[in-house]
Amino acid sequence: MRKRAALAGLVWKETRHILRDRKTLAVILLMPLLQVILFGYAIRTDIDDVRLAIVDPVPDHATHALRDRFGATELFRIVAVRRSSADLDGLFASGRIHQAVVFQPGFAERLAHDGPAPVQVITDAAEPNTGTAMQAYATAVIREYESGLRGSGPAGAAVTASVRMRFNPTRESANLFVPGLIAYVITIISALMTAISLSREKETGTMEVLLVSPLRPREIIAGKVAPYLLIGMATVILVLAEARLIFGVPLRGSAALLLAEGLLFTGTSLALGILISARTPSQRVAMTAVLAGTMLPTVMLSGFIFPIESLPAPLRLLSVVIPARWFVEIARGIMLKGTGLAELWQETVVLAAMTAALLAASMRSFRTRLE
Amino acid sequence: MRRVLHLAWVEVLHLVRDRASLAQLLLVPFIQLVILANAATFAIRDTPFALVDLDGTPASRALARHFLASPHFRPISGASTVPAADRAMLAGRATMVLVIPRGFDEALERGEGAFVQVQLNAEKGSAAGIVQTYAQRIVRRFGEERLAASPAGRLRPAIAVTTRGWYNAELDYRQYMVPGILVALVTLVGTLFTAQNIAREKELGTLEQLNVTPISKRAFIGAKLLPFWVLGMVELLLGLWIGAAVFGMPMRGSLLLLMAIAAVYLVAALGAGLLISTIVETQQQAMFVTFFVMMIYLLMSGLYTPVDSMPGWVRVVAEANPVKHFVEITRAILLKGAGPGDIVKPAAMLAMFAVGFGGMAVGRYRKGER
Repeated sequence: MRKRAALAGLVWKETRHILRDRKTLAVILLMPLLQVILFGYAIRTDIDDVRLAIVDPVPDHATHALRDRFGATELFRIVAVRRSSADLDGLFASGRIHQAVVFQPGFAERLAHDGPAPVQVITDAAEPNTGTAMQAYATAVIREYESGLRGSGPAGAAVTASVRMRFNPTRESANLFVPGLIAYVITIISALMTAISLSREKETGTMEVLLVSPLRPREIIAGKVAPYLLIGMATVILVLAEARLIFGVPLRGSAALLLAEGLLFTGTSLALGILISARTPSQRVAMTAVLAGTMLPTVMLSGFIFPIESLPAPLRLLSVVIPARWFVEIARGIMLKGTGLAELWQETVVLAAMTAALLAASMRSFRTRLE
Repeated sequence: MRRVLHLAWVEVLHLVRDRASLAQLLLVPFIQLVILANAATFAIRDTPFALVDLDGTPASRALARHFLASPHFRPISGASTVPAADRAMLAGRATMVLVIPRGFDEALERGEGAFVQVQLNAEKGSAAGIVQTYAQRIVRRFGEERLAASPAGRLRPAIAVTTRGWYNAELDYRQYMVPGILVALVTLVGTLFTAQNIAREKELGTLEQLNVTPISKRAFIGAKLLPFWVLGMVELLLGLWIGAAVFGMPMRGSLLLLMAIAAVYLVAALGAGLLISTIVETQQQAMFVTFFVMMIYLLMSGLYTPVDSMPGWVRVVAEANPVKHFVEITRAILLKGAGPGDIVKPAAMLAMFAVGFGGMAVGRYRKGER
């Protein structure tokens, strides 16, 4: 009975620590909320404004017609018309244009008589995907003009692909990012906060004070991490609500299942935080270790931003041992596809096994360091 | 001046003495560089796709062969019916389903337009868009080949379009990402370590001791920043070298120009760190506030996704982001060989930030206060 009161006291002490530090608390609560907005609005790879330069040495009616075609599209904006391609380099280097369409003299004449009339499309392909897509769009505009010249006939596209986007038809980036963001938020709050809070007690020497209390090390840890568990879950719910209200991100599966899986993943992150704080000498080292050991993998190797299929084979292999990867898969499944435990039990088992192993390891290293 | 150097030397000793921190300072950025350069990629290869060929004619098989030959697609087995392909997509085994309907060959022979259906798992929005571009390109090319081969449509194209991608001919994602990642790392070192370093002195109480010494405010700040400034420059140089040696990152412009601009940029980054340290009391706060600011800066810098794809109001806000300008400059110099004339505007912006952040930090820092 006395012990329970002591444990409750510890939890209360930690809670007051958290509440007293207004700046950290504000950041913890604001960061995820702002992130949803940033990811939703700012992180897009759609191309909707291509700045185009036209190089037309000897303009004629055909080059004008084709130029008008480009100008009439929503996508392209002609920002420069030149007689020669001499200053294309500068235009590209200063970022004033993304793409250039280069004609040669006598375009109309060759088109009318001895075709094919050559046109060159130069694209800033420093970013490969955008480059490829811009190239495809520009080529399509020219081909459309070409088939317009011939009138309707066999020259039209012989095969048409009708495309159906499933699970996220409008390709809303918010839908893509929110499940990953939840993993990120849980990692920040659970792993980073726990590691810093525990190693601060070590650095300032107050951990010794706690250890001579009647509480066992296991209970001290439990008492210290309990408040973070609560904050973590509260933030997850906030993020879900915000994503739903602002971006209409769906939750097609069971909310209870998602929260339960979130709780499991919070356990994984807490265990990692404890493990790191037990193994590092100072707050600074603990922080960098958390950064390199949990945050980066969560952002980079979990499929949160960059698709796992795009990773090179060694990193794809490495991603298997990253807990966030499994959680992101689970969260995406529940939110976007509406899948349940029947489809997700494997991922859940992997995550549970990782949590158990990490918790055991962290308890052990904590005990050997302190007892 | 001697006082400044003295104090800077103390800082260096601190750094060298604390082995764990030193190892982190030196190693972590480069491990990150190597991992990030490989991981931060939207490159599409080996997209798993289910092929459902309901036609089973030479024409449908020819189209399928086009997909099989592409490096962007990889067929999965055991999903050759519509329900099976559907299940494969739901289980995440297939990212794309290609359905060639019955009568595909007939429609082609009759000279009408033939249809195929492409289903994409659009969970990963941007990737799905790119896969779609590739799939449609293959389908269109197949159509053009059929057209060219058929007697009815033996028309030569009226316009010969040649396309050229400049600055990254092999379409290697790493060449694009490495310069950006370098910027992120240098920024992190500059801002996070500065903010945390001063917060630590506050927490330990050694800042008070420094405050009662006769050293002037400006000299103190200069001495605090100098080692980190040097460290940032050295890390950038090393990173550039690794980028060139390991990832074959091109260096088309002048290295001197890049380093000169980096020297200015680092002042802005360090100034931001110093500014943060004046508003926090503990290391924990320093970390979280830095994190918060850095996250916004990095996400809106165009490092991961192009600024041009962002909505208009975000693009306006992004102008107030020094990281954005430095990412732009670094990529322009390294990949496009930009000279001083091409980067006047972003460089001027950086100088403004350096003066602004540095000035504000010095102004806010008060000796004698905690």
